[in-house]
Amino acid sequence: MSVLKAESLRKSFRRGGLWGGGSIHKAVDNVSFELKKGETLAIVGESGSGKSTTARIAMRLLEPDGGAVELLGEEISAVRGKPLRMLRKHIQMVFQDPFASLNPRMKIIETVGEGLRVHNPKMSKAERRAKAAEVLNLCGMGEEALDRYPHQFSGGQRQRIGIARALVVEPKVLVLDEPVSALDVSVQAQILNLLKDIQQQRELSYLFISHDLSVVRHVADRVMVMFAGRVVEQGTVSEVFETPKHPYTKMLLAARPIDHPGEREQGVTIAEVNEGTAQTGCPYRLRCPNAGDGCVDFDGSDQSSDHEHAYACLYPVTHD
Amino acid sequence: MLQVQDLSLTVPLQGKHLTAVEGVSLSLQPGRVLGLVGESGCGKSITAQAILRLGEHQGVDRTAGDILLDDTSLFSMNEFQLRKVRGGRIAMVFQEPMTALNPVFSIGSQITEVINLHLGLDGDKARARAIDLIQDVGMQDAESLLDQYPDALSGGMRQRVLIAMAMAGEPEYIIADEPTTALDVSVQKRIIQLLRALQQQKGLGMLLVTHDFGLVAELADDVAVMYAGQIVESGTVHQVFDHPAHPYTRALMGCRPEVSLPGSALPVISGQVPPPGSWPQGCHFAKRCAFADALCEKSVSLDVWSDNTHQARCVHVSEASA
Repeated sequence: MSVLKAESLRKSFRRGGLWGGGSIHKAVDNVSFELKKGETLAIVGESGSGKSTTARIAMRLLEPDGGAVELLGEEISAVRGKPLRMLRKHIQMVFQDPFASLNPRMKIIETVGEGLRVHNPKMSKAERRAKAAEVLNLCGMGEEALDRYPHQFSGGQRQRIGIARALVVEPKVLVLDEPVSALDVSVQAQILNLLKDIQQQRELSYLFISHDLSVVRHVADRVMVMFAGRVVEQGTVSEVFETPKHPYTKMLLAARPIDHPGEREQGVTIAEVNEGTAQTGCPYRLRCPNAGDGCVDFDGSDQSSDHEHAYACLYPVTHD
Repeated sequence: MLQVQDLSLTVPLQGKHLTAVEGVSLSLQPGRVLGLVGESGCGKSITAQAILRLGEHQGVDRTAGDILLDDTSLFSMNEFQLRKVRGGRIAMVFQEPMTALNPVFSIGSQITEVINLHLGLDGDKARARAIDLIQDVGMQDAESLLDQYPDALSGGMRQRVLIAMAMAGEPEYIIADEPTTALDVSVQKRIIQLLRALQQQKGLGMLLVTHDFGLVAELADDVAVMYAGQIVESGTVHQVFDHPAHPYTRALMGCRPEVSLPGSALPVISGQVPPPGSWPQGCHFAKRCAFADALCEKSVSLDVWSDNTHQARCVHVSEASA
């Protein structure tokens, strides 16, 4: 059963040009995905690929220029005002930077309890406190945290508080925007384990945004790779990691940090800057080793036969 | 050689001077890369900054030890001599390419300033040198790039400019503090390749400060692992990766998702790094260590080193690495 479904999302921003003019930048270009119950779908891509914009549209934090979003079977693209606020109970977000995402002037009880004031206005103060304590406990924090302020906690603890804040209204979907990238590897492991336990306990669905492929490989069931606002490849984690079809995915995987000094390439030369993105056709064609006829005006449609392991490429990587 | 000898530093915290670095010794050799690894708050960045005597105006004080550049103590130098050393003999590449460049000066003027200061070149000669440097770090259209301002460049390009600036004074040593952390994966790989190629071509000694074992695996010849102000293990990169000896090193390497089965629970280190001022007696890691016993908490001088090149500050080395 799909809990969150996005269909042909589009979003453009105007770039530059203080007094009008400037250029149109397609941040999200025809993006569709489906998130099933209890599943983790990772959105992978580099900065500017549109992964965060996609997630923000899915949460209705941003208005799309086109396309539709369905949450728990209900079309939400046109919902506004109070009904929209009520829908947010079902989809909550955990942010990247635990130092910036908690209000420094609010006690933890206020931060964690805030969602309850909106979504369960009839709850008494004592009930709210009990509920907040319960969720903090679930996230590995003691009740004594409730009366403290964010600066009294470490990065990992703050991220636990951020997760508790999202969970307190009992959502069905969590959007996790780089939830561990600001953390040390030892703390990262704790938070990833916590997310996994909570997901199993509560049958949550995760939309997991990350640029870290090792983390994605560890947590995700399915992966969607984005480049320049488009989905270039989508499939299960093992399909995408073991047999990447899009040359961009292949390059990303090859750029992963090595695990052991023995894997070092010998005799490296200085690689030149190569960051161009084509404005027409396949956006990756300027750097693509496989580029050929047709890439100039390729429409980005899925070229797979089964549409399970989808890829938007005319000259996909072959595996034998 | 650049040597940090038994260095102890205090930082001003909560109105007190608390020890943040305790008895750290490191040695940087020309042509070799030393990776200084540890979690945030372990003291690695202040150690690195102390090598250029930075951080002193923020109240970081040396309480013991010395830093020697070819047998001359950096602490015996006056401000004029230090200015020659900074950038001229020891250069630094910082973590944040977005903030480390001055937004109101062109790329060219920022690079030529360094060339002028350390090589005494100016005018067309300095500009020609700047163009060479820009090409050395893999960027095209050097002429027009010099006239641009930092905001016109992507993060990866800014980091290349910072590396070009570090190279401008023709230093013998480079201190790189998390040089790839803020960058995209594919850009990271290119910056790693750039640093390695430059380091090898010019025979630089490099101190690579990072929390990322992947970066250490990519670049380092030698490794020093830091925990709560102390070096707890040091050795060659192969020794440390193949036979990590200190329980902390082993635990930290084990937390990485790269080395776990997808979907499995990741090994964790319980608790957190104790901040300066609350370090325990004896071994600083004892409270979080699976092998700790009464001996670890009592024993203050934990200098049990396993052999000459591979050393670990742990009384249980043989059991822990068995």
